[in-house]
Amino acid sequence: MTKRTHVSAVVNGDAVDFLTDPGVTLLDALRDELGLTGSKEGCGSGDCGACSVIVDGRLVCSCLMLAAEAEGRRIETIEGMAEGGVLHPLQSKFLEHAALQCGFCTPGILVAAKALLAVNPDPTESETRYWLAGNLCRCTGYDKVIRAVMDAAAEMRQAKVTA
Amino acid sequence: MPQTEYLAPTTADQAIAALAAAGAAARVLSGGTDLLVQLRAGRLAPGLIIDLKRIPEAIGVRREGGGFVIGASTPGVMLGEHLALREAWPGVVEAAQLIGSTQVQGRASLAGNLCNASPAADSVPALVAADAVCVIVGPNGRREVPALAIAIGPGKTSLAPGEFVLEIRLPAVGARSADAYLRSIPRTEMDIAVVGVGVSLILDGGGSIARARIALGAVGPTVVLSEDAAAAILGSVLDEAALERLDSAARGACRPISDKRGTAEFRTRIAGVLARRAAKIAYERALLRA
Repeated sequence: MTKRTHVSAVVNGDAVDFLTDPGVTLLDALRDELGLTGSKEGCGSGDCGACSVIVDGRLVCSCLMLAAEAEGRRIETIEGMAEGGVLHPLQSKFLEHAALQCGFCTPGILVAAKALLAVNPDPTESETRYWLAGNLCRCTGYDKVIRAVMDAAAEMRQAKVTA
Repeated sequence: MPQTEYLAPTTADQAIAALAAAGAAARVLSGGTDLLVQLRAGRLAPGLIIDLKRIPEAIGVRREGGGFVIGASTPGVMLGEHLALREAWPGVVEAAQLIGSTQVQGRASLAGNLCNASPAADSVPALVAADAVCVIVGPNGRREVPALAIAIGPGKTSLAPGEFVLEIRLPAVGARSADAYLRSIPRTEMDIAVVGVGVSLILDGGGSIARARIALGAVGPTVVLSEDAAAAILGSVLDEAALERLDSAARGACRPISDKRGTAEFRTRIAGVLARRAAKIAYERALLRA
């Protein structure tokens, strides 16, 4: 029997403690130990971005990180994006622009887009497309996604000005 | 994954001891963008995973003696965030940041790129051109080797059992010096180099090339440091005749394979073209630092 590793981390602002087997990915721990099933497993090899989360402010694939590595880290997942039932502007714009069909890739794209706007509130379309190149979509295509992100970025900049 | 243990030592000595005790059953972990894929595919089942990222020397970028010390496990995104490093060694940083997606940049390290030993590793030609030195630690102490000496064949390194790369050191950049890296891929993003070329130049006061290092990737089993390509432009102001000689010498240094990403003929031709273009970029950058 393998010794389980104890992990303390902050997930979406909440302190969490969980036990994990050492070879388990952060993605599996989020889904199976913490019940946060918004992060998806598409490929399990870092190619599709469906499992994107933010760790200490930086975007990563949670399938390429061991849960044990999360000790002491601050993790943001799709579940932390809406605040008290109020959708994040990116989420609202994805609905408005119909930037999803099956929705499997959507949590990863939203988290990746949020990470983009945190470091670059006014990205060009080209910068946005390159930033999101690691998020694959098999049904909607990318045009509506890009339009939704650009629109959300504009709205967030405007909100900042008027705030 | 049964019977794996995870350890995150906070000193290099602890990591060395753990690695020595576990022997061949252990694997070191930096960004995990190769290791975790291999675990998942069942190609590896290590008894112990030693995460190097809690070792202070292995993470971050530091100035030292005019040059830079890059923690070998530092993710690409942190290289891009370091303005002084980007300013001094733009070719190295650009090469490192071409690896994978934004998400992969959040994890992938120079040590991983070096030690995965892919012939197409993007950062390696740039590191070789930049005269990067790798600090290797292990049971027999510490040694320093040029970046060129790490990979000895596809998937094979010169590291002895129990050794790992702790730091990568880049020299100080003087006036009239600069580097550049270019690669060719069939897509615009997220692909593996068909050819990669790293160039580092030092110019004299009159703008002639006083020193050149030209490294070619994905055109042989390991990165090729071409002395002929360097000699082809030495003493020139990178005029058309010099570029023509460079193109020819770079092509002459290629020993590529043909695969689904490109034929040997295509790779050879592109190596010449990219050598020209990367040399021009490095030259222009060096002139701006006069």
